[in-house]
Amino acid sequence: MAADKVDPIHQFHINTIVPIHVGGYDLSFTNSALFMVVVVVLASGFLMFSTAGRALVPTRMQSISEMTYEFVASMLRDAAGNQGMRFFPFVFTIFMFVMVANLLGLFPYFFTVTSHIIVTFALSLLIVGTVVVYGIAKHGLGFFKLFVPSGVPVILMPLVVSIEVISFLSRPVSLSVRLFANMLAGHITLKVFAGFVVSLGALGAVGVAGAILPLLMAVAITALEVLVAALQAYVFAILTCMYLNDALHPSH
Amino acid sequence: MAKDGRPAGTGSTGPAGQHGANARDEDLERRRRDLEASLASRVPDRLEGEDAAKAGSAVGYGQAFKLSSEFIAGIAVGVGLGWVVDRLAGTSPWGLMIFLLLGFGAGILNVLRSAGLIGMSERARKLRSGPDK
Repeated sequence: MAADKVDPIHQFHINTIVPIHVGGYDLSFTNSALFMVVVVVLASGFLMFSTAGRALVPTRMQSISEMTYEFVASMLRDAAGNQGMRFFPFVFTIFMFVMVANLLGLFPYFFTVTSHIIVTFALSLLIVGTVVVYGIAKHGLGFFKLFVPSGVPVILMPLVVSIEVISFLSRPVSLSVRLFANMLAGHITLKVFAGFVVSLGALGAVGVAGAILPLLMAVAITALEVLVAALQAYVFAILTCMYLNDALHPSH
Repeated sequence: MAKDGRPAGTGSTGPAGQHGANARDEDLERRRRDLEASLASRVPDRLEGEDAAKAGSAVGYGQAFKLSSEFIAGIAVGVGLGWVVDRLAGTSPWGLMIFLLLGFGAGILNVLRSAGLIGMSERARKLRSGPDK
């Protein structure tokens, strides 16, 4: 009955805004693409405007930008050392993109870019691809020492190496699944509780009284979702730093 | 026990009973202190690591989610590799079986490494001395 009105999955539906077909491929501009553009414009616009003043004593907005910079810089320096700072633009871009996309998705009627696994998987493939390409470019075959732990008996070597390789290949999967599933689960939960409020409210006085509980729940979950949005961006970024560290120092 | 022993201590049979109760109390007290000491020596280093996880249910939930996704990713990649190997080499059940087991191992390795229980100690030590050079 209320299934068509309160559909928790509907928010993840992809709508075509500008249809573009090139050589049999559907390259249409969708709501997902629109929100990616919004995220990029918002994040870079905020950083540009807030740092435009370049005051020695920062304004509040400039302070936020500087704190974000310091935060990501110290995270990268801790995880990958000073050599890791060459990846700072990369890590900072990923952190800002994921964080702004997560937070933007919390607004009603907004689309959450990171709730689609293909987006997060593309991001994590980009990260692991960077690790592999940079690692091989810098260390040559020495990069593959990453898969050979020291002090392992020769007989066990094939087993250990194959497990290490699978473990390495599972990184992009776990990285993308974690971000996508957190966003998906959070938004569905929020929608379901909000749906309870609406459908209970339609039942008259008793229903309205009963709707208070899910309403409180929805408020609490919204707060939790803000935390999860920031936390997942942080986890995504710190794991990026740790993987980049493998590219810089593979023989450890 | 002790409460029973004390009022009775004024009577003739008191001393013996009180003495016994006291001995038992002291014994119990000593054992309790020993247990506390051994627990205290064991718990802190574990608790400190998990402090962040216990600080809030949301963070604990995040930790749980992190570990489970690591485990599942290992198995999923193992199964995927096995399936591809089977398709390419035509060794139908064997690739899947072997790579599923290897994936299981990789999943456990992922979880232990992500929880900081394995692989990091030796690696981290070398890492700490490495980057400065």
